Amino acid sequence: MGHLLDSLSIVSADGGTWVWMGLATTLALTLFAGAIAFGLGTLLAVIRVAGGRGVEGAVAAYVEFQRNVPMLVHILFWYFGIAALLPDSVADWINERGSEFVFAGLAIGLCMAAYVSEDLRSGLRAVQKGQYEAAQSLGMTYPDMMRRIVMPQVFRVAAPGLVNQALLLFKNTSLAMAIGVAELTYRTREIESLTFRTFAAFGVATAVYLAVSFVIMGAGAMIGRRLDFLRR
Amino acid sequence: MLDILRDNWLLLLIGQYPNGPLGGLAMTLILAVCAIAAAFVLGTLIALARTSGIALLYWPATALVYVVRGLPPVMAVFWAYFALPVLIGRPIPGFWTLLTALILYESTYLSEIIRAGIQSLPKGQVEAAKALGFGYGRITCDIVLPQVYHTMLPSMVSQFVSTIKETSLGYIIAVQELTFAANQINSQLLTRPFEVFLILAVIYFLVCFTLTSAARFLERRVARQRNAPALKVQPA
Repeated sequence: MGHLLDSLSIVSADGGTWVWMGLATTLALTLFAGAIAFGLGTLLAVIRVAGGRGVEGAVAAYVEFQRNVPMLVHILFWYFGIAALLPDSVADWINERGSEFVFAGLAIGLCMAAYVSEDLRSGLRAVQKGQYEAAQSLGMTYPDMMRRIVMPQVFRVAAPGLVNQALLLFKNTSLAMAIGVAELTYRTREIESLTFRTFAAFGVATAVYLAVSFVIMGAGAMIGRRLDFLRR
Repeated sequence: MLDILRDNWLLLLIGQYPNGPLGGLAMTLILAVCAIAAAFVLGTLIALARTSGIALLYWPATALVYVVRGLPPVMAVFWAYFALPVLIGRPIPGFWTLLTALILYESTYLSEIIRAGIQSLPKGQVEAAKALGFGYGRITCDIVLPQVYHTMLPSMVSQFVSTIKETSLGYIIAVQELTFAANQINSQLLTRPFEVFLILAVIYFLVCFTLTSAARFLERRVARQRNAPALKVQPA
């Protein structure tokens, strides 16, 4: 009970603003990395299926590299490694916009794109040949066919997996604290080291993470039910 | 790049051992093996609790799984980091902190895999065992779990890969594993971060890709065995 009251007092005092600022950064990072993950993931899945053997091999290599290296290592690699290679003008441009945030978002987004593309690829396999043939016989161009006929069905099949990846992506943004992005976990550590109210601070952060996670899981369950309904 | 590897391969492999604590890839693998072994036992218990049909076991186990699934692994590490010393009453080394967090995290994921395996088992198996007069203990240990473990083997290998990747969180609480070692090298050299972290990524890739490929091989084999025609029982 004491911890609970302590938690409430942290949210209502100055720490509260920090918690919300942290959550805002966490959500911004989720959206930034999510846009990269879903955009690039879709592109990778489509060119892997459409491209020749060379393209397919290159995409497969990219996916395997991203999936078999820890996300934290990707983040460190971008923040310390790639950043050192950039020409000064580019580095300055990124620094002005907060290099920690940009590199963490890039690393997380590029890594999750590999997972998203795998989910979409199995969705692509589920679309029957007749769908392509019918679209082609109607004289649709390839991009038109993909956009109007194939991908809507793919997203429907892959939806449960994609929601799972969204949850994973949201949780993984916490790794950005390792390079000093002031997201929720980082802010919590700051509050903790200033107030020494360890359990209250981490209690609040845990509750906030769980609340967002449960919203994503709930949305996933709802989408799942709706898709079951549509299939009937 | 090769000169970095030549000068530091021992640090990357075993840390400062024998002149200091064990670290590097050896520590990463020790952590992962210990974590997956303990998580395997704990995950089985959670899965059994969730399939037991006993409300008093079902609800706590289900709540645990959902809470841990909703939290970032980093939070699990920090909870272990702050709560364990309070619970035990004395400071504990980072190794045990990280191991506890990994066991907690991985056991819930493994329990979901095992639970799926238990539920996908044909009902006839348990019914036949009951008809033969087997008790719950024998049905679970002799009939259900061996089949579940066999079909779930590929997923368990992939979960082992996840565990190896998650040991990199040791970097955040200064556990001397592979990522920590690479960071040490980076701070010594200062000017060559790209090469150092590329080497780090490649080491993880080689270890994890080998295991992922093994998981795929196992998956094909298990699928073949499942689809194989059932053995004909020879008349006595």
